[in-house]
Amino acid sequence: MEAIPDCGSAPGSGAAAASPEAAREQRVWALLAAVPDPEIPVLSIVDLGIVRHVRDSDDGRLHVGLTPTYSGCPATDAIRSSVRAALDSGGFSDALLEEVLSPPWSSDWLTEEGKRKLAAFGIAPPEKGATPAVACPHCGSRATDRVSEFGSTPCKAHYRCRACAEPFDYFKCL
Amino acid sequence: MSASPTAATDDDRERTRREALCRYVLRLGDTSLVLGQRLSEWIGHAPELEEDLGLANLALDLIGQARLLLGYAGELEGQGRDEDALAFLRDAPEFTNLTLAEQPNGDFGRTIVRQWLLDCWQLEMYQALAGSADTRLAAIVSKAVKETRYHYRFSSGWLVRLGDGTEESHRRVQVALDELWRFTAELFAPDEIDESMQAAAIAPSLTELASRWSSRIDADLASATLARPAAQPYPWQGKRGVHTEHLGHMLGEMQHLQRTYPGARW
Repeated sequence: MEAIPDCGSAPGSGAAAASPEAAREQRVWALLAAVPDPEIPVLSIVDLGIVRHVRDSDDGRLHVGLTPTYSGCPATDAIRSSVRAALDSGGFSDALLEEVLSPPWSSDWLTEEGKRKLAAFGIAPPEKGATPAVACPHCGSRATDRVSEFGSTPCKAHYRCRACAEPFDYFKCL
Repeated sequence: MSASPTAATDDDRERTRREALCRYVLRLGDTSLVLGQRLSEWIGHAPELEEDLGLANLALDLIGQARLLLGYAGELEGQGRDEDALAFLRDAPEFTNLTLAEQPNGDFGRTIVRQWLLDCWQLEMYQALAGSADTRLAAIVSKAVKETRYHYRFSSGWLVRLGDGTEESHRRVQVALDELWRFTAELFAPDEIDESMQAAAIAPSLTELASRWSSRIDADLASATLARPAAQPYPWQGKRGVHTEHLGHMLGEMQHLQRTYPGARW
């Protein structure tokens, strides 16, 4: 898993499992890793990097921090409901969901695993640079053109491949 | 026990500061909301599918930003109004958006000119506000500015394509620019709210903002082969609630459902 600033603890950080709190947080990370993004269901919300923290707080409740990808992303409400349902099913009904705006979400927080899943699903993962030569997720060619800065969801742009002539979505850098 | 005079003065000062901040945040939120609503009028009507999606994406970001800003303004106001109450249950004189944002779409070129003028403004404004002494506002705009960079790339790209395009596209965007230019002075005309927010290090100096905005505008106009119109007198006061007749019509449509079926939920 990539380093994420301000991340309470990461899933699978097994070394810390000694304390009951850490074990509890790990169970929650595992639950959240099974919550799919509603628009791109091959990605979990953990792959997407929008779970900012899971931590026990002094008030005795578990705090789960979520950050929206785009300010107006319509999936935000759906994600909150799925997270709530996952926490309920795991016996964490009293967990508190917090909206974290700062630092703002960045496509850099997409995990390496998430990028692999995106490409396998047919969506080109984000690449550095203002106008990068995006690799076609179907044939791998970098002979691609941007058709439009905006695609079917706020996080994607619309591309086409000159080599295999297929259109594809590109997950934008933000 | 009576409070000391100093405490009372501090309370008054804090209340005044909070009210000014509420007004200030409300203005930013109203501008995003009104512009977002205008852009959403294009859905299903844009010249190409890609531009339809592009304008809808811009609208979505702007309305998302408006939710965050109006939600915060509602909390500062402390009268139990959330972002929906502020969006759907206020009348035109209570809206404090910049007058430019409410101007009708016109043709695609005119929409692009309006968008580009306001994208340049939001870009400079949000970049400056990211360092605001108010951390909540700074957090909201730090997120928003990343989206605004995409908006600006879209609108400035189209401005150049249309301005430096055919004779007809050039003529149309130049006319739109000439007609909309009179609303731009309001973007940088400070009033007592702007001044108090600047004094509290919450908001940037509008004079400095104007000069950065102006340089960006001139550079883009040169690429688009368009002429900058002459400065015009400043009679517009949208941010003080005095609007052109267009806002009321727009709100009539935007608020229709909540006004007809109060409390209706999606």
